[in-house]
Amino acid sequence: MTVLQKKSVNPIEHLTPEDIELIGKELDEIRQGVIDSRGESDARYIRKVIDVHRKIELGSRAVLLASGFPPAWIAGTVGLSIAKILENMEIGHNILHGQWDWMRDPKIHSTTWEWDMASPADQWKHSHNEMHHTYTNVVGKDNDLGYGIMRVDEDQPWSPFHLGQPLWSFINACFFEYGIAAYDLELAAVVAKKQTGDPEFRARAKAVLVKIGRQVRKDYVIHPLLSGPNFLATVAANFTANLVRNLWSNSVILCGHFPEGVETFEKKSIEGETRGDWYLRQMLGSANISGSKAMHILTGNLSHQIEHHLFPDLPSNRYAEIAPKIRDLFDRYGLNYHTAPLPQQVGSAWHKIIRLSLPNGWLQNTTRRNLPSQVAKLWKMTTGAPRVRRALIREQAAMAAAA
Amino acid sequence: MTATVPRPTAAKPALRVLRDRVMRVAELVTTPLLPADYLDLIDPLRSGAALRGRIEAVLPETRDAATVVIRPGADWQPHRPGQYVRIGIDVDGVRMWRAYSITSDLGRTDGCFTVTVKAIPGGKVSNHLVRGTRPGTIVQLDQATGEFCLPEQQPAKALFVTAGSGITPVMGILRNHPELTDSQADTVLVHSAPTPEDVVFGAELRQLAADGRIRLVEQHTDTAGMLDAAALAALVPDLAERATWACGPVGMLEALEEHWAAAGIADRLYTERFRPKVLVTGEGGTVTFTFTKNGTSLEADGAIPILDAAEQAGVLMPSGCRMGICYGCVLPLREGAVRDLRTGEVTTAAPGDGVLVQTCISAAAGACDIDH
Repeated sequence: MTVLQKKSVNPIEHLTPEDIELIGKELDEIRQGVIDSRGESDARYIRKVIDVHRKIELGSRAVLLASGFPPAWIAGTVGLSIAKILENMEIGHNILHGQWDWMRDPKIHSTTWEWDMASPADQWKHSHNEMHHTYTNVVGKDNDLGYGIMRVDEDQPWSPFHLGQPLWSFINACFFEYGIAAYDLELAAVVAKKQTGDPEFRARAKAVLVKIGRQVRKDYVIHPLLSGPNFLATVAANFTANLVRNLWSNSVILCGHFPEGVETFEKKSIEGETRGDWYLRQMLGSANISGSKAMHILTGNLSHQIEHHLFPDLPSNRYAEIAPKIRDLFDRYGLNYHTAPLPQQVGSAWHKIIRLSLPNGWLQNTTRRNLPSQVAKLWKMTTGAPRVRRALIREQAAMAAAA
Repeated sequence: MTATVPRPTAAKPALRVLRDRVMRVAELVTTPLLPADYLDLIDPLRSGAALRGRIEAVLPETRDAATVVIRPGADWQPHRPGQYVRIGIDVDGVRMWRAYSITSDLGRTDGCFTVTVKAIPGGKVSNHLVRGTRPGTIVQLDQATGEFCLPEQQPAKALFVTAGSGITPVMGILRNHPELTDSQADTVLVHSAPTPEDVVFGAELRQLAADGRIRLVEQHTDTAGMLDAAALAALVPDLAERATWACGPVGMLEALEEHWAAAGIADRLYTERFRPKVLVTGEGGTVTFTFTKNGTSLEADGAIPILDAAEQAGVLMPSGCRMGICYGCVLPLREGAVRDLRTGEVTTAAPGDGVLVQTCISAAAGACDIDH
């Protein structure tokens, strides 16, 4: 998507500043309604999810002690994958957002929780809660827009490097937890600026390595050793469970902001942003996944990404309840409530990743007939001098605009 | 008999060292969780767990008071009669901590102890404990603490002055010190309650009196009004010869303290307060304070203790007695000013001072930067 401010048809043009203020007020009321009614049943919910997770994990790990026996390997791997998904999504992500801090239970609190992830909780909280949730979808500010390795917006400049992004993106999805850890460390930027000697960075990098060390030792040394002769089968099972969890969480996260039609914003647009403006940016910059209750739980209720981005610190079990009210608000103000089933959203996000791995307009301009000439142009853009490349990029964009 | 109960050693040092080692190895298996997180699924009251208790029964005492029977975890150490215990219970999903005097007989054979709670109008925790708690509920506990106990040297003559739920630590003492209630004893209890029906442990106390084991004076304040210090002196003429323990509302305790001080026998009066006496409230208005490490910043009324304001905002705070006694809530004030709500005294800190302040009785008196 092009940033909303440069679009020919601005989807919020019809809203007056008063409308935006009223939207903000309504959303504040919805939020207060949930806060006022938070109570025992919510506390019971999160404790139940934690209890179920621990039992599934314990059971799966126990079954995997006999991982040399194929049915045990399959049951244990499926169980462990589900346990890891629950732990990262509905439990870890949401606790670290402070959604359950109101219970004042030191065991379930954003400041004490640690999760089954390569990235240490405190580093993730900074990059995710502060940076991404504050600057959601602002090109140049929100590093979650492509995580610094992907081009997911027309306004991010194209370079030949991006041709490989479908591949990087897939590799990143498989090892997502390490990608997140490197991302939280801002590893790419630190390396680019040659600041790896900075003591503050070193301390954080050390914390990440210690965390990864513990995680790897647990999944690939201790548990396999406990399963004795089944050492390798357990290594494979744990690797598979981590892979499944990584692919799943990556897919859910792609669905949140990358499907076609989700809006992005330019840096200038958030200067002097009011509460209402901020809400509106969250509304247009997020996409939901429709589906069953089980699907919502397994996505950590990030299937309610719009509701989550409006109210990141409300308990996740309440998003489903407020979703109809939010949707009604979208309808009344003529805004697009972006929701679709999981396969459709994942497909749309990958379509965008592939489309934007190519220069703006290239995919759109390419037909069966002009394929040879388009490929030749792409070759020139990739290998040609910068001036040639810029000219051809402009040409493709103009062709797409004219079509 | 002395009031000191020998503390049992929970586990032999060598065994404890071994257990710690095993746990450290087990952590490699359970990381990022702790072995305890899994063991808690099986037995939350086991030895080595965070101290908890299970509520076994809630027995009504009066229309607004009940005795709560709690089975403590294996690491519980027996209390000294007169002490209180801090209980953390989830009310509407929110963990709240309160202190209650222990009322049970140390000789109980079932391993449980009891606290007796009077529901205060508007009191979230007390109403929940008296009316809304189901047996089986797990509560968080601290070890028993408090100094409202008989000294090793028993006084020949004792006087207890109590009002309302102030009877609870005294009942804990009477039940565990048979020498106070035997035929040779000279023990006087003056207790105030609105009506005869409102006297917590009324039947048990009246039986003791009927058997001639204590002298019981009931003051029913709905009909007879409040008891003042002069009336008390008239009721108990040999008051100066007695060691006196008093527990009840702040106003009553202050009147007694004044009277005893005026008579020059202040050292013979022991008092127990359940709530701090708030003398000075803030200037009003809101002040901002910041928790440095935790990154939280919030606005609070200058009349609300920092501890309460922070907890309401979802910050996990260390806490203790909530009345300025135990220093369990102390945090360093890096910069700013706080007001002691009991005295009005303002404490200020310049950057780098790190003055330790009790958050439970201090309110922000200006922008504050607290190291937490």
